[in-house]
Amino acid sequence: MSQSEETIIKCVNVNKWYGNFHALKDVSMEVKKGEVIVIFGPSGSGKSTFIRCINRLEEHQKGDIIVDGIELSHDVRNIEKVRMETGMVFQQFNLFPHLTVMQNVTLAPIQVRKWDKAKAEEVAAQLLARVGIPEQANKFPGQLSGGQQQRVAIARALAMQPKIMLFDEPTSALDPEMIKEVLDVMVELAKSGMTMLVVTHEMGFARAVADRMFFFDKGQIVESGTPQDIFKAPKEARTKLFLSQILSH
Amino acid sequence: MTEIPSSLPPLSERPGALGWMRRNLFSTWGNSLLTLLSAAFLVWAIGGLLVWIFSAAEWRVVLVNMRLVMVGQYPVALVWRIWVAMYFLAFLIGNTVGLRMEKTTRKGLAVGLLFSPLVFALFSFSLEARLAIAGLSLIALAGWWLGSRWPQAFRRPVLIGWIIYFPVFMLLVRGVSGEGSPMEVVESNLWGGLLLTFMLTVVGIVFSFPLGVFLALGRRSQLPVVRWFSVGYIELVRGVPLITILFMAQLMLPLFLPTGLTIDRVIRAMVGITLFSAAYLAENVRGGLQAIPKGQFEAAHALGLSGFQSMLYIILPQALRLVIPILVGQFIALFKDTSLVAIVGLFDLLGIAKTVLAQPEFLGLQREVYAFISLIYWVLSYAMSYFSQRLEVALGVGER
Ligand SMILES: Nc1ncnc2c1ncn2[C@@H]1O[C@H](COP(=O)(O)OP(=O)(O)OP(=O)(O)O)[C@@H](O)[C@H]1O
Ligand SMILES: [Mg+2]
Repeated sequence: MSQSEETIIKCVNVNKWYGNFHALKDVSMEVKKGEVIVIFGPSGSGKSTFIRCINRLEEHQKGDIIVDGIELSHDVRNIEKVRMETGMVFQQFNLFPHLTVMQNVTLAPIQVRKWDKAKAEEVAAQLLARVGIPEQANKFPGQLSGGQQQRVAIARALAMQPKIMLFDEPTSALDPEMIKEVLDVMVELAKSGMTMLVVTHEMGFARAVADRMFFFDKGQIVESGTPQDIFKAPKEARTKLFLSQILSH
Repeated sequence: MTEIPSSLPPLSERPGALGWMRRNLFSTWGNSLLTLLSAAFLVWAIGGLLVWIFSAAEWRVVLVNMRLVMVGQYPVALVWRIWVAMYFLAFLIGNTVGLRMEKTTRKGLAVGLLFSPLVFALFSFSLEARLAIAGLSLIALAGWWLGSRWPQAFRRPVLIGWIIYFPVFMLLVRGVSGEGSPMEVVESNLWGGLLLTFMLTVVGIVFSFPLGVFLALGRRSQLPVVRWFSVGYIELVRGVPLITILFMAQLMLPLFLPTGLTIDRVIRAMVGITLFSAAYLAENVRGGLQAIPKGQFEAAHALGLSGFQSMLYIILPQALRLVIPILVGQFIALFKDTSLVAIVGLFDLLGIAKTVLAQPEFLGLQREVYAFISLIYWVLSYAMSYFSQRLEVALGVGER
């Protein structure tokens, strides 16, 4: 939303193979600080693979990925640094079921950032209030609805005070009535100036807050542009076809 | 006859014991015959058992040798140390029951447990022994009362108590070496009976657990050397019977040690049992590790937790919780398997039973002695199983 000129993520000709399968083909992308990027495309097109390369949950084999000035390589210290700067929200929430909501949110700040417990809990309480569930701190994830769990997952990622937030289809596993409560939190986050990469098919969200959109197909970026460009005048036939499919229902 | 209302269903369909029996036990001539035959068999078998227990059996052999069965050759003058260890345990159990009182569904059973030692005080032991046994109940009840009275104050101390119990117990049983030490050392060749069985079991559990967890993690390690070592160890140990490991520890090990250096036989048995149990434990823990979804690792890594931290805080707690029932089953098996040390010449419960039966005056009383030690094994195994179920409830296994 309120982007500056400073580049925070730079991907140059990123390639990734699973065995013989070429999952990412020369993907290049530059993201400025504060930008909100929406990535969309058909199933199996490499969207998840791409954003998981950015925090090294997947390893790319060719090309460069530079996050906040840190180059992702085999150097473990760099990987750790990049993971401290990026938060990730998963389709399946992936909360820790044996820990309370509060413990889920405070674990990483205490263990990784070495905050003391009181500070971590104070920050966690603020974040839980921000995502709209201040009263659930002492419950276990299994006792919450899907929408509440996903909001805990967002709070958990934010607790590390990341500069970048990655979302991999955060609303796809949710019942329709819970999608809005999660999107509202994401919209608020986007407006607060967070740099966000969001894989989603929620085109309403894209229209409202995205700065740029990237259409992936078969491991490649087929088309990119502002929501204006993409929705009003898509250049590629494949983009047009895909949009007509997902917007029709 | 005319007073029976005609609206009642036929006798066979009416609820109640009679109706149930009629439906399930006497529905046909064949079934009725089988029912009667089984009933006759049960009356004969149980009746015979009861007659034997209460009139024919000579329990004197057990009562006279009770000290031997319980502690073996442990010096009489120092048995007080074992009592102290038992009192400590009784207090911890009582206190824990007291603390968890609101959450216990069967309160009567829990409190009844604390009174159970009193039953033993009824038997014809010496007066001191009876008083000492009754003391167990008293201390357990005191712990229970304190725990239920001031649950907040005792929560932490009782937890610490459980953690330090094992070292304290070992210290009390073994004593401290050195000049003028307040507790002289009792060498392990004097430990025997239930005491030795208990020692072998507790040491086996306490040491094989971490070892097994390390082996399980090693088997999944990225480092080939670590992985191969773990796999090799696990497969090697699982391929041989425990008894051969015990024989090797007793007979072969001395051949490899320099002359003059001897390792205590009990320690050798403990090492054998620990190494054996760890291999099985590793496989059980690995089963739990495999059940944890990949998303848990990913979430942990994405938060910046290191591999070690992810294991410690995220993966292991969940994996171990999943396998509690299996681990407890394995610990019960370990407890019973310690009886194999009798074959290599140690005097655990089973070994002591054999020495008791070798005394001329008790010849031919195998049934009494073996029935009694079986009872001990059963009571303790059942207790382990029961407490594991309570533990699962307390940890909320299956709910989260
Ligand atoms: N671990 C893996 N091993 C082998 N192939 C994989 C692996 N992960 C993904 N793939 C393949 O890589 C391709 C891209 O997968 P990816 O998950 O990135 O797709 P996606 O665009 O996120 O799809 P979706 O919308 O279904 O989530 C798919 O064809 C998939 O089968
Ligand atoms: Mg995906």
